[in-house]
Amino acid sequence: MPNIILSPLNKRRMVNFRANKRGYWSLVIFAILFVICLAAEFVANDKPIFVKFDDNWYVPILSDHPETAYGGDFDVETDFYDPYILGKIEDHGFAIWPPIPFSYNTIDFQMREPQPASPSARHWLGTDDLGRDVLARLIYGFRISILFGLALTAISSVIGIAAGAVQGYFGGWVDLGAQRVIEIWSGLPQLFILIILASLFAPGFWTLLFILVLFSWMSLTGLVRAEFLRARNLEYVRAARALGMTDTRIMYRHVLPNAMVATITFLPFVLNGSIVALTSLDFLGLGMPPGSPSLGELLAQGKNNLQAPWLGLTAFFAIALMLSLLIFIGEAVRDAFDPRKTF
Amino acid sequence: MSDASHVSDVVLQTRDLVRTFGGGRTLFGGQKPTVYAVRGIDVAVRKGETLGIVGESGCGKSTLARMLVGLDRPTEGNITLTGSDMNDLIARDRHALSRRIQYVFQDPISSLNPRKLIRETLAAPLRYLRGLSGDALNQRMAELMDAVNLRPEFLDRYPHEFSGGQAQRVGIARALAAEPEIIVLDEPVSALDVSVQAQVLNLLADLKKKFGLTYVFISHDLSVVEAVSDRVAVMYFGRVVEQAKGRALFDKPQHPYTRLLLDSAPVPGKRGLTVEDASAELPDPLSPPPGCAFAPRCPRAQDDCVAKVPDAQYGLENHDAACFHPLNPVTSA
Repeated sequence: MPNIILSPLNKRRMVNFRANKRGYWSLVIFAILFVICLAAEFVANDKPIFVKFDDNWYVPILSDHPETAYGGDFDVETDFYDPYILGKIEDHGFAIWPPIPFSYNTIDFQMREPQPASPSARHWLGTDDLGRDVLARLIYGFRISILFGLALTAISSVIGIAAGAVQGYFGGWVDLGAQRVIEIWSGLPQLFILIILASLFAPGFWTLLFILVLFSWMSLTGLVRAEFLRARNLEYVRAARALGMTDTRIMYRHVLPNAMVATITFLPFVLNGSIVALTSLDFLGLGMPPGSPSLGELLAQGKNNLQAPWLGLTAFFAIALMLSLLIFIGEAVRDAFDPRKTF
Repeated sequence: MSDASHVSDVVLQTRDLVRTFGGGRTLFGGQKPTVYAVRGIDVAVRKGETLGIVGESGCGKSTLARMLVGLDRPTEGNITLTGSDMNDLIARDRHALSRRIQYVFQDPISSLNPRKLIRETLAAPLRYLRGLSGDALNQRMAELMDAVNLRPEFLDRYPHEFSGGQAQRVGIARALAAEPEIIVLDEPVSALDVSVQAQVLNLLADLKKKFGLTYVFISHDLSVVEAVSDRVAVMYFGRVVEQAKGRALFDKPQHPYTRLLLDSAPVPGKRGLTVEDASAELPDPLSPPPGCAFAPRCPRAQDDCVAKVPDAQYGLENHDAACFHPLNPVTSA
């Protein structure tokens, strides 16, 4: 079989995607923001990226060196805010700092104003009520939100698509039974169960992911089920069956690719929902463990500190921007896969 | 009922084939309605012949066809393929059955996966049923395309780039790829233009000669069936009502329904078709009438027609109709 990098159909889809200017530029902006966030350690950190000390080169971000390496007296982890160490480094070489010289958990003890402090040249978006840099927390929080959203979307899509495919393809009693299970399952009061589970398990990235997957896998099931119910009676599916192909093979090779159009169209919106789910849990204090950077936690701080509007506004604009970009991308994806435009 | 079982060259045979849909009980014990799609069919197909099956829409032709290739299981009765039971064959090895009997669909375009190149569609049966790969696979695909008179470069096209006739030839090539003995053709030309129909019918005739195929040819078009069939069975409401060797059926129809079919076929130069009265539709499949299903529409119906189901002796050579008052009673069976 010839290796086709992009089939004509997908080429037309690319053209359609680009034709939606708003979606295309949203994707570009989102991609840039995402790449910046992935490199958060190099953008916002409490250690310099490079240190030249005498003839030695150090990369403190990647490996720890004790203070003795920089001319200090004690064999302990280096505190790069210590004026004594900074002076030594200046005398013996130089240090290159990230654009934001604070990490998400760095408490700035050198501030003279009360916390939360308003935006300044030192803290571009101010600090929160513990004296941590808001911009640094925003970058790390954005990264966790997106990675969590992507993971949740991927896992729940795989489960949801598999469940919907089996339901739709076999129909009959399988479908009927599974449909009732889903109705009961989706009727459970999700938030209360999350609160109960959050009190049983120490919440963390993976436990939260697991708990949310329990309830979010159903988002695509109905859609995929409907596609499979329709497709299983199409003639080319019958043709494949007459050729003696196994059910799994028919589902995977013939029906699924045709059901993917509707599914992929929905994915950006599912991703949106996943991010909002994590944000709202964090806002309620049921999400990520205390101290971890998160947009929901920032939002909660904004609510508790109305006298410091930069907290709430930052969180609001960050979330609004991210969700809007994703919606615009979703619209462009929908255009790209629209059968009326591709055929 | 049939004497066909004694003849050794019968490859495909059905006995009292019944297929119902629905039925069973609801959760609270109520009886669910049952649709009788096929209500007892006995047909036999000899090696190398073409059995034509005609009938109007909804008479169970496609259900029969699907059962013949194993896409659907009969509710009662059985199908035998050279003496072995179809259910056993499916249970033992689905691929082995697919290598012996293949299916050509009515709608040529929709029977091809719109996302796959013809090359991929055609490669699937060769790879999974015949175990070909690499050069042997490519060579065989080229042979198949040649056999159905398509240029080899068509392999790298998508189904929507084809005309109906070309797509149907791809469908035939796909069926041939399995190197089957029998091909069930379910209305293979109904979706095509008349000129293209002739092309495809000629192709089918050539292929039959070349590969020694056996056809079950299903259609609602009498002239098409007449042109291709060695024997013809007329179906009405899930049963075979008349069966004969090709010409005899068209020259001397016995069953009033066959007569009606022949008369209502539009022919150039003939104006004013036989129009039936308002009751001219199939009986309700949820509750089949007692007696002959055609009786309500039949001009010759008498009391015994609604009381009892007429029976017939269908053989491989004879001409008989399930009718108490046939039009042209047969003198010698």
